[in-house]
Amino acid sequence: SWSLGGGTPQAPAGGRARSCPVRVMGPAERSSGDGAADTFHIVSFRWHHVQDPYIIALWILVASLAKIVFHLSHKVTHVVPESALLIVLGLFLGGIVWAADHIASFTLTPNVFFFYLLPPIVLDAGYFMPNRLFFGNLGTILLYAVIGTVWNAATTGLSLYGVHQTGIMGDLNIGLLDFLLFGSLIAAVDPVAVLAVFEEVHVNEVLFIIVFGESLLNDAVTVVLYNVFESFVTIGAENVTGVDCVKGIVSFFVVSLGGTLVGVAFAFLLSLVTRFTKHVRIIEPGFVFIISYLSYLTAEMLSLSAILAITFCGICCQKYVKANISEQSSTTVRYTMKMMASGAETIIFMFLGISAVNPDIWTWNTAFILLTLVFISVFRVIGVVIQTWILNHYRMVQLGIIDQVVMSYGGLRGAVAFALVALLDQNKIKAKNLFVSTTIIVVFFTVIFQGLTIKPLVQWLKVKKSEHREPKLNEKLHGRAFDHILSAIEDISGQIGHNYLRDKWTNFDRKILSKVLMRRSAQKSRDRILNVFHELNLKDAISYVAEGERRGSLAFIRSPSTDNIVNVDFSTPRQSAVEASVSYLLREKAGSVCLDMQALEQRRKSIRDTEDTVTHHTLQQYLYKPRQEHRHLYSRHEIIQNEDEKQDKEIFHRTMRKRLDSFKGTKLGINRSKKHNKIHKRDRGQRKRNSNVIPNGKIPTENPVQNFTLKEKGNCCAKEPGIDNPVFSADDDQSIYVKFPPWLSNEDTVVPSQRARVQIPYSPNNFRRLTPFRLSNKSVDSFLLADGPEERPRTFLPESTHM
Amino acid sequence: MGSSHSMSEEIQELAEKTGFTSEQIEHLHRRFKQLSGDQPTIRNLRQESDGLADEINFEDFLTIMSYFRPIEMNMDEEQLDHFRKEKLKFLFHMYDSDHDGKITLQEYRNVVEELLSGNPHLEKESARSIADGAMMEAASICVGQMEPDQVYEGITFEDFLKIWQGIDIETKMHVRFLNMETIAQCH
Repeated sequence: SWSLGGGTPQAPAGGRARSCPVRVMGPAERSSGDGAADTFHIVSFRWHHVQDPYIIALWILVASLAKIVFHLSHKVTHVVPESALLIVLGLFLGGIVWAADHIASFTLTPNVFFFYLLPPIVLDAGYFMPNRLFFGNLGTILLYAVIGTVWNAATTGLSLYGVHQTGIMGDLNIGLLDFLLFGSLIAAVDPVAVLAVFEEVHVNEVLFIIVFGESLLNDAVTVVLYNVFESFVTIGAENVTGVDCVKGIVSFFVVSLGGTLVGVAFAFLLSLVTRFTKHVRIIEPGFVFIISYLSYLTAEMLSLSAILAITFCGICCQKYVKANISEQSSTTVRYTMKMMASGAETIIFMFLGISAVNPDIWTWNTAFILLTLVFISVFRVIGVVIQTWILNHYRMVQLGIIDQVVMSYGGLRGAVAFALVALLDQNKIKAKNLFVSTTIIVVFFTVIFQGLTIKPLVQWLKVKKSEHREPKLNEKLHGRAFDHILSAIEDISGQIGHNYLRDKWTNFDRKILSKVLMRRSAQKSRDRILNVFHELNLKDAISYVAEGERRGSLAFIRSPSTDNIVNVDFSTPRQSAVEASVSYLLREKAGSVCLDMQALEQRRKSIRDTEDTVTHHTLQQYLYKPRQEHRHLYSRHEIIQNEDEKQDKEIFHRTMRKRLDSFKGTKLGINRSKKHNKIHKRDRGQRKRNSNVIPNGKIPTENPVQNFTLKEKGNCCAKEPGIDNPVFSADDDQSIYVKFPPWLSNEDTVVPSQRARVQIPYSPNNFRRLTPFRLSNKSVDSFLLADGPEERPRTFLPESTHM
Repeated sequence: MGSSHSMSEEIQELAEKTGFTSEQIEHLHRRFKQLSGDQPTIRNLRQESDGLADEINFEDFLTIMSYFRPIEMNMDEEQLDHFRKEKLKFLFHMYDSDHDGKITLQEYRNVVEELLSGNPHLEKESARSIADGAMMEAASICVGQMEPDQVYEGITFEDFLKIWQGIDIETKMHVRFLNMETIAQCH
């Protein structure tokens, strides 16, 4: 791994600690600001006291502000990738600092980079990695990562050496091993840069995963090559023996497999821990970060590949952690990870720019720099072409010419190469400054030039883009069917193919792993098809409410008599009496909404208003509770899981289910005689309804409403005892129970609104999929749509860190 | 069996019919022999015979396998389309157990139940509702807006094609037929 020995600050040229981003002050200096303290100073300016954290915070602030400024201009960000803009900004800022101080006091130190800036980005990549896609293409990825990187390193190093021997470069104090060392660090495709650029390009998922996977997995190769060549340089070119070479090859396997195992072990630990964190919900997200970071540091400590460790930690723990932790924790983890990754990326690129403004390190050698650029590009293309040709014999989905072009062009170098070159020991490698300058130029070239041009290139070549499709139930089902069929065929034909392996793994996972690592409650409800189904249900439910609201009335009804055609008068759009639309509230946060009762009551002028009030009361009662006075319950150690929340959800689900049972009841053949096995399509909202509606002529008297209001006031701050509303249930028609099978009519019924009775509405909207779905009492699902399930089409791209 | 001359003729015929190369056919034949225990046919091992054949011979075996051939690079539009249709037809027949040309709700339910039977925690109800939901989704794709009284009989093959329109099946529905020999021997 990146030996810390090489990372100590260099003997600075000017006697200044120029490689430290901040100055570390000893204790003696802290009080130096006080000076001649002869009187008591009311206020003193203690810069040195806060200098270190202050400067760090300031840089982070500057980087974030820069992002805001960039995104003000949509045109610019559409063309220029953010990374390029940040580098330019860094150059600018570096210029200012230089002009002000004539020292380059801020650079991107390898330590800061490898310990604090790189892990969040890689963890983010691993945690949101689309596993199925990744492992499906693993062979391809490994080939590119290992063979490709070795090829790049070897060819670049050797050709540079060859050219050097011809003397074009002039007289440089570089040996063969130095060239190879340089080749190995400049050869690796960089995950940070790839992510930053490809995110804005949206190529199809297979292509993306290949390039991105390659950039992650080539870390092992880079680590080994770098260390091997560095130690060879230290030993001296003459003393290198065959044994050392063999040791180098062995160390590759040790480093890569060891790193992976460390990652997997920590993933196991993390999943196990999250299984028991039910009572410490607040710090649940912390576990994810700490344990993953520990995996990184442990691998680093054992000189294994740290990037592989943290990547596989993220990849392996995904499923179990997401199943075990609560919804809020999951959201917290996601947002924090994105924030840290995005922040780290921003800082990296900015500091890349700043570090470039450092005349002490600049050594210019036209031939060397130019040739490096040429060689890495050319050899990458050749490497990609050859490997693809080999791979296409084995792949199901062939990689065409266009894919190869994108892959070659997308081989970006970035901050990892820069950090590596900064780690070099000046004493051992005399030409370090030349290497640093070249690396900077290469990184800038790839990130800026290639980043700028890749988008038009992709469009010009008509590369197949990523598709965003709505998750369809049918697709999921058929996909599942496919997996089974293909496994069967593979089994029959005696092959061990992907599907067979995947099948075996799924079995193993279900029988053993999930039982150990997942909470019992989570085990029941984790199934992809279920998730999609559930999500679609909720979407439909919410759009149902939205549509009803749009039309001015929330007529939740239940038909006592099953044969009548529905007709609800939705035709007059009316303003909703509440401030925010209900569906908006449902979408945003269920369970903590307060309907302003005062506002409603004031409008109780007409009967319709009354009815609306009543309806809204119903809504409130059935769907969510008024906001409890939580302030005095605030505690830093516990979020009191809103007890009502679960109840709310239950009520909501039950209510919706009842409602839909009534649909289904009439349409789907509960009435066996007529409608067996046929499905009626729900009407879409736009159809003009039969407007000869005769609303139920009952006009509610004042009395029940007042009773209701009183009851509401009384209940406002207490827990609702149950969902029976005595006002309504008295009106219930008992005869409905006869017509329904017992499993449908067991529970409380939703009562018809006074206005629309006896009739089932046609669904106001695409009411395609809303069917009753039985949830267990310990449902871990929630209908906060912000936290969508994994199978969203968008998630094949590790989610954008560009917010 | 006959003389080797008629063997290769048979192989030729089969090759033309199914599109395999003669090498692949020989491989598959070996595998077939393994599975059938050197009998000319493979017996149906399931207890209930759901209207499927009790035995299949080598030709049937090959025909089924041919559905899973990978696409070749040199296929043109029409061939690709034909290929895709064949695969989808195969799938359709798997769902449509009574072979009446339509996948009715009950058949679909059976399929879903079987698919989800691997998950022991799932109740039958949920499987049912999922099937219903999927059927409704299919209906919405195939028929669009329906009159309130209109009845949706079942998914026909054309509807099936419509459902699968945007989705890439060629790459998913095939198996590599390489190196079967080594694996077959290991088995």
